[in-house]
Amino acid sequence: MPGHTIAEKILATKSGRTSVKPGEIVDAYPDLVMSHTATWRSVSVMQKVGATKLYDPDRLAVVLDHIAPAKTEKNATDQQVSRNFARSNGINKFYDVDAGIAHLVLMEAGHVAPGDLIVGTDSHCTIYGSLGALGTGIGYTEVASVWITGKLWMKVPDTFKISLSGKFAPGVYSKDLMLHLIGTLGADGCGYKAVEFHGDATAGLSVSERMTMTNLAMEMGVKCAFVPPDAKTEEYLRGRMDASKRYQPVNADADAVYEKEIPVDLSKLGPMVACPHEVENTKPIQEVQGTRIDQAFLGSCANAKYEDLEVAARILKGRRVHPNVRLIITPGSKQILLEASKTGVFQTLLEAGGMFTNPGCGACAGDGGIMADGEVCLSTANRNFIGRMGSSKAEIYLSSPATLAASAIKGVISDPREFF
Amino acid sequence: MESTIQGRVYKFGDNINSDIIIPGRYLIYIDRERLAQHAFEVLGEGFPAKLREFQILVAGRNFGCGSAREQAATAIQGLGIQAVVACSFARTFYRNAINDGLPIFECPELYPDVQEGDSLRIDLAASKIHLGDKQYAFPQFPDSVKKILELGGLANYLKTQLASR
Repeated sequence: MPGHTIAEKILATKSGRTSVKPGEIVDAYPDLVMSHTATWRSVSVMQKVGATKLYDPDRLAVVLDHIAPAKTEKNATDQQVSRNFARSNGINKFYDVDAGIAHLVLMEAGHVAPGDLIVGTDSHCTIYGSLGALGTGIGYTEVASVWITGKLWMKVPDTFKISLSGKFAPGVYSKDLMLHLIGTLGADGCGYKAVEFHGDATAGLSVSERMTMTNLAMEMGVKCAFVPPDAKTEEYLRGRMDASKRYQPVNADADAVYEKEIPVDLSKLGPMVACPHEVENTKPIQEVQGTRIDQAFLGSCANAKYEDLEVAARILKGRRVHPNVRLIITPGSKQILLEASKTGVFQTLLEAGGMFTNPGCGACAGDGGIMADGEVCLSTANRNFIGRMGSSKAEIYLSSPATLAASAIKGVISDPREFF
Repeated sequence: MESTIQGRVYKFGDNINSDIIIPGRYLIYIDRERLAQHAFEVLGEGFPAKLREFQILVAGRNFGCGSAREQAATAIQGLGIQAVVACSFARTFYRNAINDGLPIFECPELYPDVQEGDSLRIDLAASKIHLGDKQYAFPQFPDSVKKILELGGLANYLKTQLASR
């Protein structure tokens, strides 16, 4: 009997089986069901099907992050429905419009543990794999179904192993690694697959870098992505986990079977940029530098964590944002904003000419920071799809926070390595 | 779900993402007709109105990639589209389509042979797609999926499950 991958082990445990094979379909019971701004839609499904009872209110997490606070009466009403649902059903893991982006908020609060199975109304649930949990996105009807029945059918995926060696050069980050991988493998290069990041270099990457990796992995079509839990994971979880919550880190067996192995030498990578209108349309910075930008958006679940703000602040300290550029900073969560305000990062970014919006999804979800016809935005988010940030005649480029900061100073897409 | 789906084809390329199918600003709606008014509008002049003349969408690889928004499937149904046939689907769209009762079929062999305006007949019982005198096989749905599609989506399936408790 060959060994098993992380996805196989988690899906076996959560479906009450001793082992499962890729291709099998199981009925799995998630530990956590996340719903964000879409919560009211799942509530409407519950009403439609006539259900009143939740399988387990403690497995629900509700975070109001997209378009927060409300900007129209319709938003306000939808949020009211979600809020009332959480209150009347005793949902303890409820976070209102002030908290930030669901994924980051739930990890910060210790609701995500290695070995967990987590589903939610958001494709970037893959980010939970940064802590060794299997996270994957589903629609709002299916969320309602899991609320009621506690389970969903899942197909056990094959797994790709990405082996990282070497060290990033100064000015190069895990965002550049992911844009390199997405550009090489394509938007469906890992379609339906689980991905595990291994190799000597993985242990050296911070949890924040790992979040960027498992978040962006979605853009090459993964079902889920994992960084195997290690000492850094433990360190992140210490003090965050509910004391009552015990977890058993799940790691792949040494003889686990991988469909494909992809080696990457981090030391060979340079800054990368994704060009309009697909994430797979990536280019090395040399081929894009000099492109005019009107807006720089430092935000999203991919790259608006504290470390990301700090990287940008290090470059922007004592410098000024180009007069033709709007630098919009939307911290990923209130905790991140709080930390930035304590360490001086908040002040540095403001003094350099940046503006802050409240924590949340911000411009990436079509909230504050919408683009007009012909405008160009450089963004640290995970998607540059046509029309995603306003006009379908606007262009969105994606980069790391360092490339964003360097470009905001120069007014054109610029190589951050000259600031190191 | 009907046992045969028949109609004229509109053909898309690869990686049609869910932001193209329905932009994020319309996710405040969940009803088919309202969503359909804005489906594919980012593609410019003539969209989505011209899609209403077709009943089957054919697409390349990775149809529905990107956001997990269920309204992508809902909006397509609102246009009167009866089925989507693609070389492959993004998994979130695949689940959402089934859960919304929109029949979808993976059939990469068909793609190079079919043109806009062609007539297709999809025979569910035989798992075959007919284009003129040519036939193309597609894989059967797993039982768990078949039941949901037969009842027109996950909400109806849940309703029957709850009623039988």
